[in-house]
Amino acid sequence: MSVDVKKIVLEIIEDVAPDEDLGGLNPAESLRDQLDLDSMDFLDIVMELRKRHKVEVPSEDYPRLATLDSCVEYLSPKFA
Amino acid sequence: MSYDAIIIGAGMSGLAAGIRLAMYGKKVVVLEKHTISGGLNSYYQRRIPSTKEIFQFDVGLHALTNFAKKGEKRKPLTKLLRQLRIGYDELELCEQTFSQIHFKSAKLNFSNDFELLQSEVKSIFPEEFDNFQKLYQYILEFNEVNLNADYLSAKKVLESYIATPLLREMLIAPLLIYGSAWENDMDFSQFVIMFKALYLEGFSRPRGGVRTILSLLENKFKEVGGELRYRSSVESIEYNESGVSGVVLKNGEKLESKKVFSSAGLPETMDMCQKDKRSIIGKLSFTETILVFDKKIKHSENEPTIIFYNDSDQYNYQRAQNFYDASSAVICFPDNYESQNKDGHGVARLTFMAHFDQWNNLEKPDYLTKKNEVLSESKRILKNLNVEQSEIYSDVFTPTTIKRYTNHFDGTVYGSTTKYRDGQTKIDGLYIIGTDQGFLGIVGSMLSGISISNLYGLME
Repeated sequence: MSVDVKKIVLEIIEDVAPDEDLGGLNPAESLRDQLDLDSMDFLDIVMELRKRHKVEVPSEDYPRLATLDSCVEYLSPKFA
Repeated sequence: MSYDAIIIGAGMSGLAAGIRLAMYGKKVVVLEKHTISGGLNSYYQRRIPSTKEIFQFDVGLHALTNFAKKGEKRKPLTKLLRQLRIGYDELELCEQTFSQIHFKSAKLNFSNDFELLQSEVKSIFPEEFDNFQKLYQYILEFNEVNLNADYLSAKKVLESYIATPLLREMLIAPLLIYGSAWENDMDFSQFVIMFKALYLEGFSRPRGGVRTILSLLENKFKEVGGELRYRSSVESIEYNESGVSGVVLKNGEKLESKKVFSSAGLPETMDMCQKDKRSIIGKLSFTETILVFDKKIKHSENEPTIIFYNDSDQYNYQRAQNFYDASSAVICFPDNYESQNKDGHGVARLTFMAHFDQWNNLEKPDYLTKKNEVLSESKRILKNLNVEQSEIYSDVFTPTTIKRYTNHFDGTVYGSTTKYRDGQTKIDGLYIIGTDQGFLGIVGSMLSGISISNLYGLME
């Protein structure tokens, strides 16, 4: 059974940045350009992935979390 | 006992660091010397003899700088609430009415709407208005968070934009006294941070004062599983060539950890490591007078929240020559925030620059006499500002009071003139957070705890 990685990421963003509106997010566009997320928020996304799903993202891979699509592409194998 | 991280001091920065580390599963203890939290921003209570009522007084916090509206983007306050998972509404912020820079020959009002300051400059210093706008543009474009920037004198930059000395002095005065550890000038990047924090963002206050912030932090820290120990004074920080190994408490108990985050101040932390400290102790300490009146204060003109008072046109921001310097003062009227209760008692707080050694050398009877002198000077200034009411209670605290409760050497409030901006000390695993890491104000100290613990506690 495949895990809905997109849903997982969105749930985390919702908790990390509760005041952001996640409706109408373009999955191919940079999250930073669409939402008010800074490096501290990205750290939290990574920390929540580890805490909730035991998924590790080394710091050199942070750029791969740039868009919702790239998150799915990068994280899916880790959830498999 | 062994921990992932030990934090020294349950002030704003220590609690914020503790929350971040505990939130992500670290085993953390915060050690506080005092019986309550807060450090430099704390509170105390007194029973008023005549009415038997118990009053709680804030210490430190006159105003929370860096005001942001709910959900406002890219603001320090918004960032820190996010990082701590504290909701904006929980702070119950009340905005200032307006504040005033009150010099001998001119007054400038400012509020949380920068347009007020702009229009004040325009009407009082019309010939400087264009220059002021250029300075404002320069500030907006300046990268104040570049940690590698060289020191740049704020006064020199001001001189290059603004020709009138009085306006320069008036603009820098609140920014110096709200956080500068240096006398009479500050680094321009600090100036920009403070300019934004005070003039562009502005002041507010949680409805319940400093206790609102502290109980939010304490509750959050406990909720995420942190351990908070009061009456736990650190005797020494233990380390060897490979770095920190833990701390020893005054009662002899040893706690182990490879990471220690200290908010005790830089010289104070070095002292716990048995290293030299004298050369880096800051010079700025203060007295504060607290006056409680039988009813709310009547102001002759409107109701300012904070007055930056200076009885001449040149501002001296330096250690007082004598016990205290009553030629300038910061005067806070905590009742003059929006939607504060308009009935009941009135409160005024006055801060003077002071000199630690002079207070420290006094015997008790002389100490009390000097405190009374500060009280009458405070009342004299209020009278000059046409605030004359019947007082039901007054109290004065001095640099020695600050030393006693915060353990800051020489009662310094803004810490050492040496700041460790990246938080790192020469000892591996020992990090500086809070005032001596170098972010200013209450919002700054919480951000300091957050960013340094993120960097060295979480991003491994």
